[in-house]
Amino acid sequence: MNSLANRFSTTGPINELRRAKSVLEDDEFTDSAWGSEAGFGSLAKGVPNFTVPSVPDPSAFLRLHTDDYADPSCRIKIQHGTTTLAFRFQGGVIVAVDSRATAGSYVASGTVKKVIEINPYLLGTMAGGAADCQYWETYLGIHCRLHELRNHERISVSAASKYLSNLVYSYKGMGLSMGTMICGWDKTGPAVFYVDSDGTRLKGDIFSVGSGSTFAYGVLDQGYRWDLTDEEAQELGRRSIYAAGHRDAFSGNTCNLYHVKEDGWKFIGNYDISKLHYDGPGETPGAGYGYDVRVERSAAIAVQA
Amino acid sequence: METSFAITGKDYIIVAADTTAARSIVKMKTDDDKIKVVSPHLLMSYSGEPGDTIQFSEFVERNLRLFHIRNNYSLRPSAAASWIRRSLAQSLRSRKPYSVNLMLSGYDVTTDTPHLFWIDYLGTMTEVPFGAHGYGSYFALSLLDRYHNPEATLEEGIETLKRCIDEVAKRLIVSPGKYIVKVVDKDGTRVIEI
Repeated sequence: MNSLANRFSTTGPINELRRAKSVLEDDEFTDSAWGSEAGFGSLAKGVPNFTVPSVPDPSAFLRLHTDDYADPSCRIKIQHGTTTLAFRFQGGVIVAVDSRATAGSYVASGTVKKVIEINPYLLGTMAGGAADCQYWETYLGIHCRLHELRNHERISVSAASKYLSNLVYSYKGMGLSMGTMICGWDKTGPAVFYVDSDGTRLKGDIFSVGSGSTFAYGVLDQGYRWDLTDEEAQELGRRSIYAAGHRDAFSGNTCNLYHVKEDGWKFIGNYDISKLHYDGPGETPGAGYGYDVRVERSAAIAVQA
Repeated sequence: METSFAITGKDYIIVAADTTAARSIVKMKTDDDKIKVVSPHLLMSYSGEPGDTIQFSEFVERNLRLFHIRNNYSLRPSAAASWIRRSLAQSLRSRKPYSVNLMLSGYDVTTDTPHLFWIDYLGTMTEVPFGAHGYGSYFALSLLDRYHNPEATLEEGIETLKRCIDEVAKRLIVSPGKYIVKVVDKDGTRVIEI
């Protein structure tokens, strides 16, 4: 009798459980849909959707709980300080970033990967909301792969960046925060596009994004030439991130360096910014980038001469 | 800061817009083209909220192109301006309006007359002999009241445009460095070097 009552009642714990189960359980799949969903389960089931707070203005709700400028005691702090840069030259594209994550005045991490490897030919950089960049650039990667499968051709950097910019534009005013460079090599050669969460998309040769970008630009613009050699270009990228890491309190720890060439991107290395300050990228003590270190070195050379 | 000018002459319109794309205090790009060719004898210069500008101008471009494909002729400048104004006005009354200021410069091939329409993000539209948007307008409008000549030749028009650019460079604290200049006349549109 009890079980019969439970079966037909619309409330009660057993029914709640049954309802919850029917929500959670996967729908029927065809065999062709089998396989890894790479964490994007919502995609396989058709239209992706988000759980939004059930309030009239979700973005105001988000701002209320994340705006650490107005309210330092807010519960969610979004990663903000960063330096990222990318530039195009004769030998491809150099992408260099720092690795510090700050939440207010607290250094939350010093080992963040701010270069997102979208696929072997495309890199994205991360500035602004870490989660937003990571999620949407991985999502972009899925669509780049689908483009490849559908058209038997790799997606151009221009098309990939436009896909992302149209996507973030559709969320404009809802609290997304990202400033990213989409870098890669396609039929047209090396390409860099700047895409941000206001929906701006710019094609260019040199970009730098983040709180340390002005410091990076200072070194980058002065040292830049189109016909830089690969080694010179990598050095310039590293040197620029060092400059920002040194001057900007919200950037630092280490520098990650990538080089995109015709056959795809290559990770060049991870460099400790303190070590760059004193010893430079190599193993020679005193060969550092730091002002005092540099001046002392040239004074020593002047004495020798 | 973003500045654009447009000046009508006897049988042409000159349009100039600065080429900087800025984000806070940083110039992200210094050769950005903010004047779109939306049909064979129609130029649209745009400024305003980043993101909205590109999306709206591409929306206009594609709709005017669609009209051309369907009907095998282009909208005349006044018709295009009315359509664009109405799109902006409808957008203003939506949940997320486009914040875009425009100047629409067209050469009407049926009457052989140049037309310039000044449109702002609120959907205000007016036909003017010359127009300006942005901080540059505070200097250029009075200057053009004094020096504009509707019967001027192209060379004289360019001289007047140079006066505007020089004045803005002289007095505006954050003056734009470079401008792109386009002309529309009976032969269509073209970029000119000044």
